Amino acid sequence: MAETKGTVFLERRSYRQRRLADLARALPVVGLLLMLIPLLWTQGAEDGTRTSRAIYWIFGVWAVLVCASGLLARGAERDEAAGPQPTRRESGGPPGRPGP
Amino acid sequence: MGRNILVIEDEPNISEAIGFILSRDGWRVATHANGVDAADAVRSRRPDLVILDVMLPGRSGYDILKELRADAGTADLPVLMLTARGQAKDREMAATAGASRFMTKPFSNAEVLEAVRDLVRE
Amino acid sequence: MASLNLLIGVCLVYVAVLFAVAFAAERLAVRGNSHWLGSPLIYTLSLSIYCTAWTFYGAVGYAARSGLEYLTIYIGPSLVMVGWLWGVRKMVRIGRSQRITSIADLLSSRYGKSNLLAIFVTVLAVIGTTPYIALQLQSVTLSFAAFAATDPSVAMPDDSNLTALWVAAGLAFFTVLFGTRNLDANERHHGVVTAIALEAVVKLVALLAVGIFVVWGVGGGVAETMARIDASSLGHWEMASGRWSGLIFLSAAAFLCLPRMFQVLVVENDDESHLRTAVWAFPGYLMLMSLFVMPIAVTGLAMLPEGSNPDLFVLTVPLAEGRTGLAMLSFLGGFSSATSMVIVASIALSTMVSNHVVMPIWLRINGTGAMVSGDVRHVVMLARRLSIVGVLLLGYLYYRVSGGGTALAAIGLISFSGVAQILPALLGGLFWRGATRLGALCGLAVGFALWLWCLFLPSFGADVIVPARVLAEGPFGLAGLRPQALFGIEGIDPLVHGVLWSMLFNACTFFAVSTFTFPSPMERLQGAQFVNVFAHSNTPRGWQGGVAQSEDLMIMSQRILGAGQAQALFRNAAQQQGLPGYLPEPTAEFLQLLEREMSGSVGAATAHAMVSQIVGGASVSVEDLMAVADETAQMMEYSSQLEAKSDELIRTARQLRAANEKLTQLSVQKDAFLSQISHELRTPMTSIRAFSEILRDTDGLTVEERGRYSSIIHDEAIRLTRLLDDLLDLSVLENGQVSLNIRQGRLDEVLDRAVAAVLQGGGIALRRDRAAEAILLETDIDRLSQVFINLIANARKYCDAAQPSLTIAVRQRDRVVTVDFIDNGSGIASDAQEVIFEKFSRIGEGKAGGAGLGLAICREIMTRLYGTVAYLPGQGGAAFRVTLPARALMAAQ
Repeated sequence: MAETKGTVFLERRSYRQRRLADLARALPVVGLLLMLIPLLWTQGAEDGTRTSRAIYWIFGVWAVLVCASGLLARGAERDEAAGPQPTRRESGGPPGRPGP
Repeated sequence: MGRNILVIEDEPNISEAIGFILSRDGWRVATHANGVDAADAVRSRRPDLVILDVMLPGRSGYDILKELRADAGTADLPVLMLTARGQAKDREMAATAGASRFMTKPFSNAEVLEAVRDLVRE
Repeated sequence: MASLNLLIGVCLVYVAVLFAVAFAAERLAVRGNSHWLGSPLIYTLSLSIYCTAWTFYGAVGYAARSGLEYLTIYIGPSLVMVGWLWGVRKMVRIGRSQRITSIADLLSSRYGKSNLLAIFVTVLAVIGTTPYIALQLQSVTLSFAAFAATDPSVAMPDDSNLTALWVAAGLAFFTVLFGTRNLDANERHHGVVTAIALEAVVKLVALLAVGIFVVWGVGGGVAETMARIDASSLGHWEMASGRWSGLIFLSAAAFLCLPRMFQVLVVENDDESHLRTAVWAFPGYLMLMSLFVMPIAVTGLAMLPEGSNPDLFVLTVPLAEGRTGLAMLSFLGGFSSATSMVIVASIALSTMVSNHVVMPIWLRINGTGAMVSGDVRHVVMLARRLSIVGVLLLGYLYYRVSGGGTALAAIGLISFSGVAQILPALLGGLFWRGATRLGALCGLAVGFALWLWCLFLPSFGADVIVPARVLAEGPFGLAGLRPQALFGIEGIDPLVHGVLWSMLFNACTFFAVSTFTFPSPMERLQGAQFVNVFAHSNTPRGWQGGVAQSEDLMIMSQRILGAGQAQALFRNAAQQQGLPGYLPEPTAEFLQLLEREMSGSVGAATAHAMVSQIVGGASVSVEDLMAVADETAQMMEYSSQLEAKSDELIRTARQLRAANEKLTQLSVQKDAFLSQISHELRTPMTSIRAFSEILRDTDGLTVEERGRYSSIIHDEAIRLTRLLDDLLDLSVLENGQVSLNIRQGRLDEVLDRAVAAVLQGGGIALRRDRAAEAILLETDIDRLSQVFINLIANARKYCDAAQPSLTIAVRQRDRVVTVDFIDNGSGIASDAQEVIFEKFSRIGEGKAGGAGLGLAICREIMTRLYGTVAYLPGQGGAAFRVTLPARALMAAQ
């Protein structure tokens, strides 16, 4: 009984880990799109968007990217450290064997 | 006449011992210590009997004996073979090579004398 | 007031600190105490060489000229790192599993270990990097001059070239010192990396300090500063969309392709898990570096007189405010940015130049590549050092020739777009099995040519290299070929224009040629290995062992890796295969291991060429091709397992055969020994019996005769005893009943005693190195000297050279002492090397000697002393190595 429980738990763990990797893969795409948004703003020396607004936007997106990728990398790492998977090489690898 | 013996043996102590025993018995003894030119030494000295050791530096006693037997001048020369290896195999090899008699080391002095006298009398 | 002397002083102290840090880090690493050296933080900081002086000074200048466009240069790499799961992770994994030494090596290795490709990339990298190095030299010189201008006590240094020369020379010295410590480019340069991490901190702190001063010290807070920015000439969003997106793409591409970035990102990577930290910390670093650029630019524009160089605002704004300390920190930041870039770039370039250009040429000149005489490590090392000096010299010359003018400022992006030409071949190689060598070469060539024509040559300005008329009307009046308006399409920004066309044609050529050419088997294997690196991270297959001569391989690898490392490698491999001695079976596995080890020193292409020279041509088997033809990773896995099994069967059969042969040989030897022992016993007994009978039976012996015959009996009795002693000694040693007499002694004295015991009458010339022998031992000195006596006596007895000589070489390494006895005779045939240590074995009949117990006794003794004695093949003559382990060793003095 306990063994079954363990297996289910581990599969959920590795499932979540794969989804985290998916998120991490999507992150730069989202980031790029957000960074390209300023191209849609109005331009020009007179009526263009003010530079301070551009600074807030770009650095805001940047900070979010840094935090998000930090959290994702941390999360995946913590999962790996807690899980019985010895392989550090492949985050999307097959589920680990049930522990003893 | 008929009293010359050539001892071919690389251990100096052994050839000295044999030389001593035989010369006390009235033989003229010469010694030779290596295998390579032993057959030439036999041909040039023309002894009446050869005492030949099996393990010689440069060439085996069997090979020397075969060469002597193949040569018409020495085909009938009496040869007493000495060996430090006492196995039956060695005795057979000596016989096929054409040894007149075969002795295993260590030997008694009397045995050597007797063998030498027998071989020359024949 | 700013004193130039003080600045020079601070600068020298800072350089001294850098040297000390690098030196200390090397020392720590050597002692294996490198835990914190290999931390993810250091790795992340070392990536910061992306931020060169072009960032530190240039970003502000860029912002003053073009507003927020400078951000693109840092957004691109940030996105690449955030998206590490797409590409960076794969690159790092491949770099580590294939022991890649540079970006050129990566491409060469991927495309069938082609050296032509490597040379091409190397040339591209050198051309792309040289102006960049010149830019760094210029930045140091300019900042120095800016400082000097404020010091009234000193006249302006009349020759700024001198400053640049000094900086270049200092950098060359530092890089040679810490960048070429170890030959294996794959080993980490702990000293360099640590110094660079320190510089990364300094430049970040410096830029932040200036920024904080500008925003809160001068500007009066965030809100006020923002208002000032909006009110300035840069106050409104004006961005050509092509440039914004084009530059993000360009900087991302350059981040992956720059040789220096590859060096820190992949080659210096200690642990793949460090990436997890770098993926967020490095974008964070870049963000902080960019944060205050705009405020500094706007403040500089407002505060400083018209016409001031905006590239130096970071320095001149604090100076204008009289903040000498802050300016000095800022100067150090810029200095750090410039030096760290130059150091890493020259290491990366020198590795490429020496591995892919110098070494292949040198090996070709010196005849057959593999069997070169002498140790080639010093050649590689020298090549690397000269390359470093050459690269820096080139940078300096470029600086001189270009006059250090403003032309240099634009060179950053030109340089980026040059190295970015590698991108299609790189990404294609990582993700597309169909990419071929020819495709990569053609794509690179086309991209490179377009880059030269559209970007590089015009960058010198009209009429310098490209005449203004050609620029305006095209060569020979062909308007379609105008460098900045290809195909008659005008009005595009020149940079975007060049990048667009060169990358487009590069990629299209690459894909088209790849599609219509056929890769060689080696390319297919490597392609599968790269693309599917996560599916099977073991080794590329290729070598079919069995025909190679292990001894030849050993001779060769000793030249490349050095004797110690090569012997350890071979010994370990042999041990893993369950074989004694130094010669493993040349299995495919072992050959790959060897090739990879060597490629860490001389690059993949050269290593492959050298191994193939010895192993022979057949490097790819039918099974391999079948495996390649099959596209699925599972099938590859399955067939490689099958192959491993059949390899193992073959190997087992070979080992069984060897064991059988050995048994037969042993049995023959045993018979021979019995016969031998009989002879050895009977010979002295014959004399004893004959003379004792003479003494007994003969009357009238003289006193002299009596004395002489008794002493013969006595001598022969002693000879018998000695033989029996030897036999007994051996049996005691074998049964482990021996009691050791452990005491201290000096190795050189033990050797002296052994030499004296054997070589009283000379007989063999002796070569020793007394300095190396001064080692204190704690072991059974008498037993050890018994071993030495035996080995020396053997050399005297069996060395058949016309002028026999014996070399005794002592070496101490990792607390293990090895003593080699190498003579110049014809050595021992490889089939006999196995059996000489067996009891009763003597090589050849009829040689004067003992009963064949000497080496057997030596072996037993060394086992008791926890050491070894073994035959060392491939040394030119007969060679024996005695190894004493750490516990028999005490530090000298």
